[in-house]
Amino acid sequence: MKVTRRQFFKISTAGLGGSSIALMGFSPTAALAEVRTFKLARATETRNTCPYCSVACGLLLYSVGDSSQNVRSRIIHIEGDPDNPVNRGSLCPKGAGLLDFIHSPNRLHYPEVREPGSNAWKRISWEEAFERVATLMKEDRDANFITRNDDGVTVNRWLSTGFLAASASSNETGYLTHKVVRSTGMIAFDNQARV
Amino acid sequence: MASLAPTFGRGAMTNHWVDIKNADVVLVMGGNAAEAHPCGFKWVIEAKKHNKAKLVVVDPRFTRTASVADLYAPIRTGTDITFLGGVINYLLSRDKIQHEYVKAYTDFSFLVNDDYGFENGIFSGYDPEKRSYDKTGWDYVKGEDGYVKTDPTLQNPRCVYQLMKQHYNRYTPEMVEKICGTPQAAFLQVCEIMASTATRNRAMTILYALGWTQHSYGSQIIRTGAMVQLLLGNIGIAGGGVNALRGHSNIQGLTDLGLMSNLLPGYMTLPGDKETDYRAYIDKRAPKPMRPNQLSYWQNYEKFHVSLMKAWFGDAATQANDWAFDYLPKLDTLHDVLRVFDDMYQGKMTGYFCQGFNPLASFPNKAKLGAALAKLKYLVVIDPLATETSEFWKNFGEFNDVNPAEIQTTVFRLPSTCFAEEDGALVNSGRCLQWHWKGAEPPAEARPDQAIMAGIFLRLKAMYQEKGGAFPDPILNLTWPYRNPHEPASDELAREYNGKALVDLSDPKDGRVFRKAGEQLDSFAQLRADGSTSCGCWLFSGSWTQAGNNMARRDNSDPWGNGQTLNWAWAWPVNRRILYNRASADVNGQPFNPEKKQIWWDGRVWTGTDVPDFSLTSHPSDGMGPFIMNPEGVARFFARGMMAEGPFPEHYEPFETPIGVNPMNTNPKAVSNPAARVFKGDMEVFGKAQDFPYAATTYRLTEHFHYWTKHTRISSILQPEQFVEIGEDLAKEKGIVTGDKVRVRSNRGHIKAVAVVTKRLKGLMINGQKVHHVGIPIHWGFKSVARQGFLSNTLTPFVGDANTQTPEFKSFLVNIEKI
Repeated sequence: MKVTRRQFFKISTAGLGGSSIALMGFSPTAALAEVRTFKLARATETRNTCPYCSVACGLLLYSVGDSSQNVRSRIIHIEGDPDNPVNRGSLCPKGAGLLDFIHSPNRLHYPEVREPGSNAWKRISWEEAFERVATLMKEDRDANFITRNDDGVTVNRWLSTGFLAASASSNETGYLTHKVVRSTGMIAFDNQARV
Repeated sequence: MASLAPTFGRGAMTNHWVDIKNADVVLVMGGNAAEAHPCGFKWVIEAKKHNKAKLVVVDPRFTRTASVADLYAPIRTGTDITFLGGVINYLLSRDKIQHEYVKAYTDFSFLVNDDYGFENGIFSGYDPEKRSYDKTGWDYVKGEDGYVKTDPTLQNPRCVYQLMKQHYNRYTPEMVEKICGTPQAAFLQVCEIMASTATRNRAMTILYALGWTQHSYGSQIIRTGAMVQLLLGNIGIAGGGVNALRGHSNIQGLTDLGLMSNLLPGYMTLPGDKETDYRAYIDKRAPKPMRPNQLSYWQNYEKFHVSLMKAWFGDAATQANDWAFDYLPKLDTLHDVLRVFDDMYQGKMTGYFCQGFNPLASFPNKAKLGAALAKLKYLVVIDPLATETSEFWKNFGEFNDVNPAEIQTTVFRLPSTCFAEEDGALVNSGRCLQWHWKGAEPPAEARPDQAIMAGIFLRLKAMYQEKGGAFPDPILNLTWPYRNPHEPASDELAREYNGKALVDLSDPKDGRVFRKAGEQLDSFAQLRADGSTSCGCWLFSGSWTQAGNNMARRDNSDPWGNGQTLNWAWAWPVNRRILYNRASADVNGQPFNPEKKQIWWDGRVWTGTDVPDFSLTSHPSDGMGPFIMNPEGVARFFARGMMAEGPFPEHYEPFETPIGVNPMNTNPKAVSNPAARVFKGDMEVFGKAQDFPYAATTYRLTEHFHYWTKHTRISSILQPEQFVEIGEDLAKEKGIVTGDKVRVRSNRGHIKAVAVVTKRLKGLMINGQKVHHVGIPIHWGFKSVARQGFLSNTLTPFVGDANTQTPEFKSFLVNIEKI
């Protein structure tokens, strides 16, 4: 006997106990009785830390999308990591909104260039970006690198190009950035620690 | 951090987040942790609930932190040195100090050179033309044995204790009220609560943030706080410390890694122009102990330095070429961001890179910054988001009124990943390195910063290989041993900064090989100066050992119940959680407070609930001091020549002062910081009180993070529109009611915003006149999903702290009018 969900409730409220109805074989199809699947149950859980302030709250990132070719995983939920001894699962209003940061419409998607005097961005390839940036660096470095100062002392510095690093980037990014920047002789080098 | 190192030896938060629960008194000053660090602030609430702690808040605004405080005292922005100097005077004049601690663990008894002096706002050695001091006279007296002379009786008028007492006896409660506007009764109540921790068994923690740093004398504010804590014996103990609540998730890490003009990783420093000799460079940084039996840990500098040069330049760094000493650029002067933007403004710069940094919004005087960027030939922006800086050339009406056709800068914008799309470690405020894992792919063509740096570098290297050019050696010889050269992986880089053995390392005592060539090192104690080890950042050595990635450890057990969780992630140095923890025990090595013990001498070695920040086998009777990084072995009240504006902090007015005079002196040269650097043209655009009568200060809101969250929908819904806060009395004077649109002007520009009239800000009586504050939240801009707004740094003055060049964002002058 097939009973729709609505009919089932009608019968139930007509005076008979739900359990006895089930015993008599009156039950809706399994699919109808099932609650909506809990999305997180099939999501991948990844441990991360909040990128905002220096409390560094532990996060659980939940993403969907397996590793198949042409499938991009997507983060669908973020919450505080209860194991983290500092935040113990809690997040502040900023941290609780991190999902919107990751999916901000203002995320950048492609390398771009704005040419001198232009009023617009132009999409370029990574290859073109690296080639043009490195060329500009080399031109300036070769023209303005100071091998010796006025007293004839070897100083090997490059002052006319500078670099600001990000104190929200990881140690590993920071370390590599420092290594590269110093190898060029740059001194106009800083990060947010000053502000 | 230029204030904690001259005092204690290291520039970092001394304690950590969870440890705040062990405090008996919490002073929040120069910060608003409840709103800026909400999840860390929960440990203050824990301390209140479970440790009966008293929370004291001193702030110009009645913040949300103040709303849960036991005591709130108002203060005029920028006058914290006076307030804390007043506390020092209170503690010294009433003798409420921890005698045992200060006598053994500080420079109280050290004798100071006769050349040091202070008169009417100026220390000895001042050159008004250069706006700087000759600091050679600011030093201790040395005996024939080479050690500093001391007077353990503390009676000598030239001992640090007596000089300090004399310096701060001018900071009376009357003077505090006159300069800070804090009612004397409230001030004395604060002093009394703080003084209650001058005992062996009570602890006070100080939590501060940018409200202390962003002043032209910010480092000295922090130092004054540090001095208060030393007098009370609150450094090195559970629930104590001077705790810098840092603003960014990895600002500690980037500083540890030395990404600043003058630094190398691990607080090593670049050689200066005059340091042409390698040996002299090392010796200057490896000071001999100034008192008998002191560790003076920086004596190991050369081991750290050589290991760094091996990590960076590999076989090209040899003993014969002084470990590639000439590969390092020599510093002519500090090229901090303010100087760089001034150089740019003057047309002296060609190119600039902004990696995850939005300087157009983050440094003072937006008009000057925009004009400076427009003089560049090229600008490269690497960021996950479309920042204002990347579109400085575009016209956004009144928010950014420029003509693109006139701006000849080529701008590249390269999309990078965000935190969720990469692996790696961040160092939290408590020096804890926590590893995180990638959760998803970045959007479209965005790439990790490491791939972008590699892309630029490898192209540059290839060009030098093919065509040659200016001194290509360091570029060509930079080690690049990565599995995928185009995208160095985080695990490889982490291993590199931890350090490894380059040859089999054996113990000199028994010849036993403890690390084979290629193996990861256990700690910086294994580093050598002979080129047999490499290590990219000695301070992080121990984070990724042969046993694996310690930063990824996730055992959060807390066997002592003190919140130390030694097996959760990894903290520098060597997993020590509370710095200077030797000072938690008395001279005999027994805990001052047995209830909250840190480390102790067990008769054979030092042991405890934390990793000892000390020489493990140094018997207490050796008298080694707890501040092992300082050649003195003790902490410094007298900073010698380490601070630009003097060995003792002194009150100066902000460069834009609402009262025009410095009530502490009558010297026109000493109204504001006499040693602060001011560029030509910037002094002229400082405003005066007759035109701009109100003391303005900038701050964050709990719903927003800097200029990032205006790109997120939820934060933009919570706080959509730019506003400023003023008190009821000022609003009445100006005929402004809540919801009115107002214009706030400084001498550099104006912003428009909605007025919020509040009881949280009140006019204060300062030096006989009423001073009102205007509160300016910083979170709006012209690139945003929130409503567009004005960058608040349109208003702020282009001057920085005399030591760190941190801009004076917290105290300046504005006028306000209803539109």
